[in-house]
Amino acid sequence: MTDSPTHGPIVVLAGGLSHERDVSLRSGRRVAQALRDQGREVVESDLTPGLVDLLRGLDNPVAFPVLHGGVGEDGGLQQVLTLLDVPYVGSEPAACRRSFNKAVGGPLVAQAGLARPRMAALPHDMFRELGAAALVEALGERIGFPMIVKPARGGSALGCTRVTDVAGLPSAMVAAYSYGDLAVVEEFVEGTEVAVTVVELDGTLIPLPAVEIRPNSGIYDYTARYTAGETRFIVPATLSEEASTACADLAVAAHRVLGLRDLSRADIIVRPDGTPVFIETNVAPGMTETSLLPQAVEAAGYDFGLLCAQLVDNAWARHLAQ
Amino acid sequence: MPPPTLRPILRVGRFHPRPKVRQSGAVSLPEPSRRDTRLDPYIDAYAERTHGLTVSAVRALFAVANRPEVVSLAGGMPNIADLPREALAKAVDRLITENGTQAMQYGSGQGEPFMREKIVEVMAEEGIQAHADDVVVTCGSQQALDLVTRVFCDPGDVVLAEGPSYVGALGTFRAYQCEVVHVAMDEHGIDPVALRAALVSLKAGGKRVKFLYTIPNFQNPTGVTQTLERRRELIDIAREHDLLVIEDNPYGLLTLDAEPLPALRSMDADNVVYLGSFSKIFAPGFRVGWTLAPHAVREKLVLTQEAATLCPPVFSQFAIATYLEEFDWRSQIVTYRDMYRQRRDAMLDGLAQHMPEGTTWTVPQGGFFVWVTLPEGLDSQAMLPRAISARVAYTTGTAFYADGLGSRNMRLSFCYPTPERIIEGTRRLGEVLEQELEMHRTFGLGTQTARHYDLTTGPAPDIT
Repeated sequence: MTDSPTHGPIVVLAGGLSHERDVSLRSGRRVAQALRDQGREVVESDLTPGLVDLLRGLDNPVAFPVLHGGVGEDGGLQQVLTLLDVPYVGSEPAACRRSFNKAVGGPLVAQAGLARPRMAALPHDMFRELGAAALVEALGERIGFPMIVKPARGGSALGCTRVTDVAGLPSAMVAAYSYGDLAVVEEFVEGTEVAVTVVELDGTLIPLPAVEIRPNSGIYDYTARYTAGETRFIVPATLSEEASTACADLAVAAHRVLGLRDLSRADIIVRPDGTPVFIETNVAPGMTETSLLPQAVEAAGYDFGLLCAQLVDNAWARHLAQ
Repeated sequence: MPPPTLRPILRVGRFHPRPKVRQSGAVSLPEPSRRDTRLDPYIDAYAERTHGLTVSAVRALFAVANRPEVVSLAGGMPNIADLPREALAKAVDRLITENGTQAMQYGSGQGEPFMREKIVEVMAEEGIQAHADDVVVTCGSQQALDLVTRVFCDPGDVVLAEGPSYVGALGTFRAYQCEVVHVAMDEHGIDPVALRAALVSLKAGGKRVKFLYTIPNFQNPTGVTQTLERRRELIDIAREHDLLVIEDNPYGLLTLDAEPLPALRSMDADNVVYLGSFSKIFAPGFRVGWTLAPHAVREKLVLTQEAATLCPPVFSQFAIATYLEEFDWRSQIVTYRDMYRQRRDAMLDGLAQHMPEGTTWTVPQGGFFVWVTLPEGLDSQAMLPRAISARVAYTTGTAFYADGLGSRNMRLSFCYPTPERIIEGTRRLGEVLEQELEMHRTFGLGTQTARHYDLTTGPAPDIT
């Protein structure tokens, strides 16, 4: 029993106008259902002009944002929830901003001494103003081939291209800029692709077993991510014990360095010598049927719905403690 | 100290509202064994024809199209907002009260006789003389296409289609593992010289051509209409080469500038299988279409229909027959024409105002679509994310080719948005094109032809 009032409906927020709307809707349905299976009252909502009224009309709501890309991940929505004094699951606005923008999050992690690929972040008008040819050449020299070109703000591998020579760089840059004005060019790291989810319960950061990703096509692109059967997942990853520990430590360290809260998922590549290299971390990890976080939770012998419910309870407890 | 882990839980008994992960007292379980999965236990069990039915990043971008902030020029939904809904509701109410036990019962696999009689009347508007016995009612004309392909095509058989052609038809042909060979078209429709050449070279190559699939009126996606002369030539070729022609005519009566041209079926009853639909002249939700076929083909279609659905939707047939009986459907078509004409004109005005130099487009005399050719070097598939960011959607040209061509094209629909929204959509699109052109100039991208292999890039039917 508790003396504190209990929280009201859980508002699962999914959709939005980002390029990843479709993924977000899938994730949102999964989270909403998992919470309902736990006996929780759930309201599902898109990001619409009616959202503020919806939240104001509910008694003691707790928000569970499952928005991928755009305002859901860049801290915009979290800022609004803070303003409305609605407790929510997940990281605070500034931390979202830091990690969602790969051009900011990457260097922060590197400054903390964590391994990450060589990278450069460039807005498209630099190319226009300084001339593309020289910059393209410099990128080739500085980063080396193969390299990965991606939008600085985005997910689900949308707009990402692996580039093997200078000739392929311009069209890869154009593809990345199609998603936004800032692009990141980074060294391609050869190795085993894994994802480590970090959950925060009762103030303890808990790394879940690493999920190893082996796409049939060799590339973990949008199709490989969201079509069941297109990717083989191995949990825990086929890594040495040292490498597994190093991955877990890296994910937890990145979560701390970026000041994240509740949950995050670090994407890591483990070099053949066992060294993990940090690629990026996600403040709103995918929760779809083919996503990595739910698989890690299950592999840990835990229940996805129970975890979601606990995260909601934690958010509410934080709110009461304020 | 061991690192923290999520304690495996034994979940028995009732839900505890505030579960806690405790270090002490937790049940100790062995380390979970390694899980190795592709998340689909049936992955090795699927039929060959389902390979390639994967999630598409391009298609996923359409998820935003139905949001009000976005001007969607991507979908193909007709605008049915102005139908006399109250009167229709009363008519359906009477239908259930007076005739419900029949209307909600199983029906004939070929379709209800009264429905087929009405369909014959509708086809007469385009000069087709037919008998109700030769009509098979289907679940939208899309199912007619499916049944015809199922009846005629073995894996590897060749189907000829205009290049570009309707994305839904390409999906059906792919599902039956047909090889689609595109035949070039121009502003007068399918090119007879190219058609003859294709037939000759395919025959020489030992390929079996089962039929030509064509949309003579306001073709989807180009909006192009075959001239009367072309139609005659096409029928001549069909006779010369024993070529079966599948004439798909969903938009035929939605002519905006002139009277409808005679259907291919009106010129030749033996070599043409005709597909028709109520989706555009009334409403698509009833899912009633039809096929008119030579009697031997029709027999097979009926048996195939029974295997597929037992019978086409009976209630829908009663509802549509009621509509045709009790409402002035011909004047509704005139209303539709006036409404779509305004939208078509808005689209053409908007394009003229906002498209950058080097862009060209078709001028449709009916139907729903305009086909745009972008300035050299631009790639509509690569540009789509930028358009989505700018809150405008279109369908990439690649959706309408079976072979990865079409990247320099896009299909714009003028059926669903209002004229004001259409103008705004073209304005946004113009800006997107300018930005993309600037990007190409900056990076000195050449004019190499892009070829895409993501073949499921068309929008779903519920996209506006």
